[in-house]
Amino acid sequence: MTVPVSWYLMLAAVLFAIGTIGALTRRNGISIFLSIEVMLNAANLTLIAYSRQLESHVGQVVVFFVLAVAAAEAAVGLALFIAVFRQRHTIDLNRINLLRW
Amino acid sequence: MELLVFLIFAFLAVAASLVVVAHKNPVYSTMALVVTLFAVAVLFVLLGAPFIGVLQVLIYTGAIVVLFLFVIMLLNIGREESQLAGHKAQFFTAIFGAVLFGGLVILALSSVRMGAQSDDPSLALVSLKGLATTLFTEYLLPFEIIGLLLLVAVIGATVAARRPPQSEGPAIASGFEPRVDPVRSTPHEEPQP
Repeated sequence: MTVPVSWYLMLAAVLFAIGTIGALTRRNGISIFLSIEVMLNAANLTLIAYSRQLESHVGQVVVFFVLAVAAAEAAVGLALFIAVFRQRHTIDLNRINLLRW
Repeated sequence: MELLVFLIFAFLAVAASLVVVAHKNPVYSTMALVVTLFAVAVLFVLLGAPFIGVLQVLIYTGAIVVLFLFVIMLLNIGREESQLAGHKAQFFTAIFGAVLFGGLVILALSSVRMGAQSDDPSLALVSLKGLATTLFTEYLLPFEIIGLLLLVAVIGATVAARRPPQSEGPAIASGFEPRVDPVRSTPHEEPQP
């Protein structure tokens, strides 16, 4: 039996919701980053599911771009965490509140 | 058969992503992220995108997750320092946002008419040739821009992660001067722009 595409969309929604909760509740910078990666993956799953539904390659091309942007984002973000850690000796985002208010 | 594979890996992805979000130790979170990414890659293959599935494993688990682990080890972050959901308002905001998002998706799914779905992904969809043709003709300019973005990201990451000068003053203002780190007494041999 073939799986309906809507099931994949549901799964992607669940993954995205889990990632959202993680990104909003965690205090560790690395953990927030990992949650964002989960959210990115959920979005990728949605794109691939629609690519399957519409029989089009465009969704896969967009996922390709998303993967590249995620790699760039991870590199820059982790470099920023290293820089912040040198100054503050923590990446607990409750304590890095210089720009918050 | 396809249903069985879908159910197994969907369950695996959800369970592992829960571990990613909930585990206190970032190393375990990262390892659970690997499981999530593998499971989603399997679903990509099921959906007729084997190349994207391979890319997912190569780029995510091969590059990004290793980068995460490297930084976790480098910074020696043992455990999360403050409590999970220390701020009640943020916690409830997160729950509310997640429920809202889920509701919206279900609403969209039930209202939008999906066309008839073919039984198996067509050969044209699975073929790498078709994907490459789309990527290198219609989306050639975004492809080149992505290359530029990666170059800029590499340069930016290198600049951002450099050791700041130990002297007083804002680090950003003197970020580009050559200097010697007095504490660790190892002169830098970096090429200066």
